[in-house]
Amino acid sequence: MRKITLLTSALAFSVMTSMSAMAAQTSITLGMQLEPPNLDPTSAAAAAIDEVVYANIFEGLTRYQADGSIVPALAKSWEISDDGLTYTFTLHSGVTFHDGTTMDAEDVKFSLDRARAEDSTNAQKRLFTGIASVDVVNPTTVSITLSNPDGGFITNLAWGDAVIVAPESIDAAANAPVGTGPFKFSRWVQGDRIEIEKNPDYWGEPIALEKATFKFISDPTAAFAAVMAGDIDAFPGYPAPENLPQFEADPRFSVIVGSTEGETILSMNNKSEKLTDVRVRKAIAHAINRQAIIDGAMFGFGTPIGTHFAPHHPDYLDLTGQSAYDPAAAKALLKEAGYSEGLTLSLKLPPPSYARRGGEIIASQLREVGIETEIENLEWAQWLEQVFRGKDFDLSIVSHTEPMDIGIYANPEYYFQYDSAAFQKTIDDLMLATDAGERTALLQSAQRVIADDYVNGYLFQLARTGVANSKIRGLWENSPTQANDLTGVSWSD
Amino acid sequence: MVRYIVTRFCVLSVSLLVASGIIFTMLEVVPGDPASFMLGINAEADTLAAMRRELGLDQPMLQRYLSWLGGMLTGDFGISYTYRVPVSELVMARIWISLPLAIFALILSTLIAVPAGLIAASRRGRVSDWTVMGTTQLGIAIPNFWFAMILVSIFAIKLRWFSAGGFPGWDQGFWICMQALLLPAIALALPQASILARVMRSSLLETLSQDYIRTARAKGLSQRRTVWAHAFRNALIPVLTIIGLQFSFLIAGAIIIENVFFLPGLGRLIFQGITQRDLIVVESVVMLLVFAVICVNFLVDIAYALVDPRLRRP
Amino acid sequence: MAKHDKSGLGKSASGFKSPTSLWIGGALTSIFVVAALVSFLWTPYSVEALNIGAKLQAPSGTHLFGTDHFGRDIFSMIMVGARVSIAVAIVAVGIGILVGVPLGLLAASRQNSFIDDLVMRSNDLVFAFPSLLIAILITAIFGTSALNAIIAIGIFNIPVFARVTRGSALPIWTLDFILAARVAGKSGLRISLEHILPNILNILIVQGTIQFSLGILAEAGLSYVGLGAQPPTPSWGRMLADSQTMISFAPHLAIFPGVAIIATVLGLNLMGDGLRDLLDPKLRRVR
Repeated sequence: MRKITLLTSALAFSVMTSMSAMAAQTSITLGMQLEPPNLDPTSAAAAAIDEVVYANIFEGLTRYQADGSIVPALAKSWEISDDGLTYTFTLHSGVTFHDGTTMDAEDVKFSLDRARAEDSTNAQKRLFTGIASVDVVNPTTVSITLSNPDGGFITNLAWGDAVIVAPESIDAAANAPVGTGPFKFSRWVQGDRIEIEKNPDYWGEPIALEKATFKFISDPTAAFAAVMAGDIDAFPGYPAPENLPQFEADPRFSVIVGSTEGETILSMNNKSEKLTDVRVRKAIAHAINRQAIIDGAMFGFGTPIGTHFAPHHPDYLDLTGQSAYDPAAAKALLKEAGYSEGLTLSLKLPPPSYARRGGEIIASQLREVGIETEIENLEWAQWLEQVFRGKDFDLSIVSHTEPMDIGIYANPEYYFQYDSAAFQKTIDDLMLATDAGERTALLQSAQRVIADDYVNGYLFQLARTGVANSKIRGLWENSPTQANDLTGVSWSD
Repeated sequence: MVRYIVTRFCVLSVSLLVASGIIFTMLEVVPGDPASFMLGINAEADTLAAMRRELGLDQPMLQRYLSWLGGMLTGDFGISYTYRVPVSELVMARIWISLPLAIFALILSTLIAVPAGLIAASRRGRVSDWTVMGTTQLGIAIPNFWFAMILVSIFAIKLRWFSAGGFPGWDQGFWICMQALLLPAIALALPQASILARVMRSSLLETLSQDYIRTARAKGLSQRRTVWAHAFRNALIPVLTIIGLQFSFLIAGAIIIENVFFLPGLGRLIFQGITQRDLIVVESVVMLLVFAVICVNFLVDIAYALVDPRLRRP
Repeated sequence: MAKHDKSGLGKSASGFKSPTSLWIGGALTSIFVVAALVSFLWTPYSVEALNIGAKLQAPSGTHLFGTDHFGRDIFSMIMVGARVSIAVAIVAVGIGILVGVPLGLLAASRQNSFIDDLVMRSNDLVFAFPSLLIAILITAIFGTSALNAIIAIGIFNIPVFARVTRGSALPIWTLDFILAARVAGKSGLRISLEHILPNILNILIVQGTIQFSLGILAEAGLSYVGLGAQPPTPSWGRMLADSQTMISFAPHLAIFPGVAIIATVLGLNLMGDGLRDLLDPKLRRVR
């Protein structure tokens, strides 16, 4: 320590701060790009909420694991009736909320009833609309009756929007979340960070960390500087893939590249005058050079897709060949459709860099086949209003991050306005299908239909790129749901 | 005098009312629904309606305006849509970053500018004057966000002398916080110091040329004492005026710098409020800033009128 | 209006001899004006065609300022960016002059009247709004485009010109020849246009130059936060924003647009100082 006194005061500060960080090996500081607006996952959609609270503070009956599989959480086990309508869950006993109150079947009933109530503000209310009733059998047993059999119900309960909350504490959850998880909320310095600490009374397997801090840095440059300076131990959703090679070259860090459920598409308004013609949509699909977009916008991270389905899913079909980069074919198709003079389309881009950068690249690729685009950069609120609800657009770029969401193509009201009876029937059949082989066949047929109809330009599966101190173990590599599950995280040595 | 103050007070009230109308209308016509921003793309129509009800957005526009206005008069600025805490609480938390940052930047810029202006004025036309004036021209021309980027990449990334940004909170200790504010304050102070140094110089030269200084000089006071004793004090008046102007600019105008250094200040609060359609936060905070500026102007006018009766016209 | 230098001091506000700063400033400014004009006819490379394979090249003989993350030629982008910056700033200042000067003249011609008060109080009101935040709001309402950036910057130029116009017109109204014109029955409007305006033109030109340089800075700031001209049209501010994450391994991306902004603003400011000294030695530069 004597040496430090010789240094300038500024240097001394930075040395001291990094020393204190080194001393505490049971705490971790995680970087996140967006700050959650509040911490109640049951009444807002922001992914950032789940990225703080999921599995850490709040738990549901079931939960996602890092590999995407669903395992029991607060429910120890469950039985499904033969008609597939009644689920009887046995809960763990001796579970308490962070405020000391007991978690029992009444809380489960409260949480699920609240989520499906008429005045519910749950962002994923459709997850619960299939529930006909929730009944308390005894304090550790709850039975849920569905109106129709639903093969995805157990998965639905694993969502962050389906966590179990207590009637005593839910009203304050926005700023003081009280759950059953291994971490307790400790404080929120708004605009800067959220701190959580170990819950000593946790019912499940004890965790290694004593304390975790989520620090919010929206600016990618600042994020880079913060990781480089050691202010942040891990940045799981690192926003600037162009910096990853620098982290890779530095032995202090390890770069984590995993998959997400985000199909990134060039969405086309199928009801917009010029895009009703499938030849125009096909021309656009052939005009797109996916690799150039992945290289230019994502600096090489991402897997090309040819339909709206995640490549890591076992039922995925590689249909990229069907819309291979072929500008000559694109020009020919446009000519056939009567646009030999070219045409102009609007391209409305939301804020993420995959959209902004990808948009510039696609605009230049489309220009080469004679399609001019008018780019307009929008904020999310504007995008929701104009594109998603108003359907006032020709083209847009967005990553659809919900898992297994091919069903959105069956909704003719969905913003790209694809209306195909054949596809809708496939999805209806899928809802009723229980046989694994049959489900695979139907899922693959659904993938083919939307590829054949060139509904959207299918670009790439968004990669999850992160960076972490190389001594950290147990962070999720893939992102089957939006979460920073810290239950298995520890420091080596 | 009483009549003057009363009239000016009426003007002030009307100004504030007009300002509140402008702000409310602007936010009313901003496209984008707060409820749909909060609930995302999977929200059902009835969920959105329920959320709008909860936020009070289903009320008629005039009623919301009046209740907002009434609330502010009683010190109630509403509850943030997204954070779900009172706006006044958010403002109090943020102002303890914006205010110290503005003060810090002003102190820095004054410490640089006053000596620089003094040197330039006392050595007018010589190399040091040239250097100071050239540097200040450059300082005015540099965009502060660019300067901030350069500062971060040199001092935070390359040399790692400072953390790249963020704010630890005052409970972590005064010096740690000052350290976090140093780079942003430098980035903010550079253009301000340049402007101030130029004002200082020209204002000094102006006073030096005035008759009573010439008299003092003729009386045999040395050049050095003349500058210090008389000119300096008089030259400070325009300098102080500029400092006052810069201060109100710095409180809200640091938004880009706050972004570069991810400081959770007032500017960023409003910026986030706009992107998240947290309309009540934007309305109330912008109104608060406008209120502060208008009130300061009012007090300044009254003060001038007290000093100089000729200015007392309604 | 008597034009003598009462002080004999402070002849040059910039510290340089006025012709020197006028020349340097003029030269710097013309470089960018010429670059902007030439860019309409020719740029070394297309700024719209991307070449991902040639991305992030350092400055070299083929690409004088290097290439950006899409392989575009930065030199060409700076040329076209000059066009955007200058156009936005000129039109925004134009709005300020077209609206602000008549308001100022009107206020001065009816000193102490209700109109005068209204104009001046409205000015104060506009000044009381945090300008950047209002600009962000304006673009949130009308969408992001160069036009809306112009409007946002232009609005805040109006009170500047109104105030300067009124302030410099008021002393002229007290002069004898104006009294004579009034006695001759000329209307306030005619006096303003025929006698006042020509006498304050110098001041307006100088103020215009200053506002022009502030406009360039404001445009850079707005497009830096993503609110200016939309892609594929390059703009200096957005080039800087795009460069941010790459500054540690490709510093040229941030340096050249930054230097372009600095040089243009510097040029305009020097020119403004030079013009001021040339046109009216009595004026002091206070910004």
